[in-house]
Amino acid sequence: MIANKNKSEDKIIRLLLIMLLTLIASMVAYAVLSLPESATNLQRLVDNNIDISGVSNPVTAVLLNFRVYDTFLEMVVLLVALLGVWSIKEVPIESMNDLKNPVLDTLVDLLVPFSLLVSIYLLWVGAHAPGGAFQAGSVFGAGLVLLMLSGRQPFLNFKGLPLHFALIISVTLFISISIYSMFATGELLKYPLSQASSIIFILEGMATVSIGLTLSLLFYGIYTKKKYK
Amino acid sequence: MMQFIMTLPWAIMLILFPLTGAIISFLWSKQGNKIGLVTITFVLISVIFLAWSIIEQDVYLHTIGGWDAPLGINLYADGLSLVMLIMTALVGLGISIYAISYFSADQSKRFWPLWLLIIAGLNALFLSSDIFNYYVALELIGLAAVSLTALGNTRKAFLGAMRYLLATLLGSLLYLFGVGLLYHGFGSLDIATLSRNVQSTPVLWVSFALMGGGLLLKTALFPLHFWLPPAHSSAPAPVSALLSALIIKSSFYILIRLWLSIFGPLGDGTVESIFGLLGAGAILWGSFQALRQTRLKLLVAYSTVAQIGYLFLAFALAMSGGSIAWNAVVFLAFSHALAKSAMFLVVGNLLRFGGHDEIIHLDRVAQRLPITTAAFALAGISIIGLPLSGGFIGKYFLLESALLQEQWGFVIILLLGSLLSAAYIFKVISHFFTPSSTPHDSKIIPANMEWAALLLALAAILLGLFSSSVLSIVDIGSPFELEGEKL
Amino acid sequence: MNMLFIYALTGTGLFFIGFYALIIHTNLLRKILALNIMGSGVFLVLISLAMRSGHSSPDPVSHAMVITGIVVAVSATALALVLMLKVVDITGKPDLHDQEDE
Repeated sequence: MIANKNKSEDKIIRLLLIMLLTLIASMVAYAVLSLPESATNLQRLVDNNIDISGVSNPVTAVLLNFRVYDTFLEMVVLLVALLGVWSIKEVPIESMNDLKNPVLDTLVDLLVPFSLLVSIYLLWVGAHAPGGAFQAGSVFGAGLVLLMLSGRQPFLNFKGLPLHFALIISVTLFISISIYSMFATGELLKYPLSQASSIIFILEGMATVSIGLTLSLLFYGIYTKKKYK
Repeated sequence: MMQFIMTLPWAIMLILFPLTGAIISFLWSKQGNKIGLVTITFVLISVIFLAWSIIEQDVYLHTIGGWDAPLGINLYADGLSLVMLIMTALVGLGISIYAISYFSADQSKRFWPLWLLIIAGLNALFLSSDIFNYYVALELIGLAAVSLTALGNTRKAFLGAMRYLLATLLGSLLYLFGVGLLYHGFGSLDIATLSRNVQSTPVLWVSFALMGGGLLLKTALFPLHFWLPPAHSSAPAPVSALLSALIIKSSFYILIRLWLSIFGPLGDGTVESIFGLLGAGAILWGSFQALRQTRLKLLVAYSTVAQIGYLFLAFALAMSGGSIAWNAVVFLAFSHALAKSAMFLVVGNLLRFGGHDEIIHLDRVAQRLPITTAAFALAGISIIGLPLSGGFIGKYFLLESALLQEQWGFVIILLLGSLLSAAYIFKVISHFFTPSSTPHDSKIIPANMEWAALLLALAAILLGLFSSSVLSIVDIGSPFELEGEKL
Repeated sequence: MNMLFIYALTGTGLFFIGFYALIIHTNLLRKILALNIMGSGVFLVLISLAMRSGHSSPDPVSHAMVITGIVVAVSATALALVLMLKVVDITGKPDLHDQEDE
């Protein structure tokens, strides 16, 4: 946004900008430092209700139960990003085998199944320890990206309608559970107590699939064979 | 039967319907037009029933998941939300009718999913009552809007979209930083809870500066408007209509809500002055720039910059205690949405018709596209603020409020602004009637494209005629009484 | 407890360093990276302040916000990068100065 032909003019603007930003930053820093050392926040509420939430990890409880509506919208954001990327750049599903060598091939053979295992583990462990759908989905997506980069073509045969179904499975599930909860309990996204952990697990499972696929396809959209300076 | 209808969860359907429609149009992209039209019709029907149930039963409050805020997220709809939702549904319907004929098959399959997701996001935003939920909705809307802007597929469109994306992401990050500070300062993300907890500490005002800064950038208030003209003028016509009419209002709405519930009761007058000053600047600068433009699309875009100035002028007056000014805010926002979307659709027609939008070379449009001309004229009446349009009611309330508060500077700006907008509108209309030095054959414009523009413009005028009904709706739930005075 | 405030200040610093970089640089890739740094700054502030609670474990809502924020940031970055590549494709240069009328 800033470019001037005159070098000294440029320097003055930079200096002014730095001074302005430093001023604002110090005000923000002052506000941050003025926060008390121990605070009242929502932790007590979470702890009080965690036993009926269906999981024992508080972060998962917040993400998939107390504030699951945010997670719902967030899955839509992921979908929007992918739709946006696809509307800008139609990338033909082709192989990206720029990198081909035996070391990479062996590594991929070892790493990708391992990352799949790690992903499933993260998904399962999220109920009672740090972990969950997003972490699992990211690892899964990374595994897919590794496959793409090494020349294997995970999306060669899995494209078109089946791929589209898999991408929207998470949002569709959220919508279905919303409708189900409206009928079953009259409140949006309220889980019947006995079914809470199962519902959470299904949501997380499908979310992992959608997240992994979306992330790897987002990466794919950025891939380009041209070299830029 | 009536009782049963009123118990149906219309608000939730407002969010779920467009989401479902988007998914279906993504999977079956060839049927995009039909799916889109059906979905937006359902949205309008749901809004009407929601309005009915709110009028009968007072505000709508829903605790999602059964978890009471602040642990969970609440949906809340009072008169203000309702007006925003009605605005979204009406403009949405108009743009959808237009879009059916506007896009090529290829563009259409990319348009409908994103468009319906934006409608879902807007509805979710207007129904929400949680500051982090606002962030997610803002990002949803922002990313989708950028993608739609880029649908124009021209060099200008991509550059405009890129600039828009950078600006909107910066705005979101500033807003998020503010949310984090506000949460850690006062222990809740729910607006109602926060309104009870907040005190006038540095944390409060720093977070307002951050959140406000981000939202001002997203609402393109002068001087943070730099991204708007390139983006709004290079997008395809229905997308420009969406951007100027609805998306701009979404961040403005959040600012209003935050002010009414959280920051306003503790304010001391500086914010009002700043908003008033910037609003005045926007009116003058935007109108002046609009007058200078040779391309119609840029003129309409700069007109939006000016109209946003009016919104903030009204906001400033309202903040200093003028309850009349809140009515001005509502009418200005609503009428602008209808009129501006009509205008952009008109420009779309003209572009399709003549292949260009150079104002000077508009070639006997009035004779050959009478419906489109009428649409522009009606929309122009509302933008200038001539009686009896929605814009007139808004400006009238604004003037009344300014006179009551003896803000003579504002009065002068208002008069100047009206003069300038009259100038640029009439300049355009005069060229509608003249032949151009480079005449061209007429291309057929599909009827629904012309009628969509006209109906939206007509709605802007009707808004003025039905002003008292709108006023009674807005007052439901007393949204504009500062939280300290309620309960 | 004071260590946490150092992290929070670092986050604030990152935010404003990124802000400066966003404004100063003309190259689109640098702007996108600057936005990412700003995002990391916000997340750092959120997480470090989350440890302030009297309990032994951190505040879960802040962590949930950051997880959501990261996902949103990744999506936005992907979109920005693709758009940038398109701009480079069309104009040949990765910056926004290529405007005929402004």
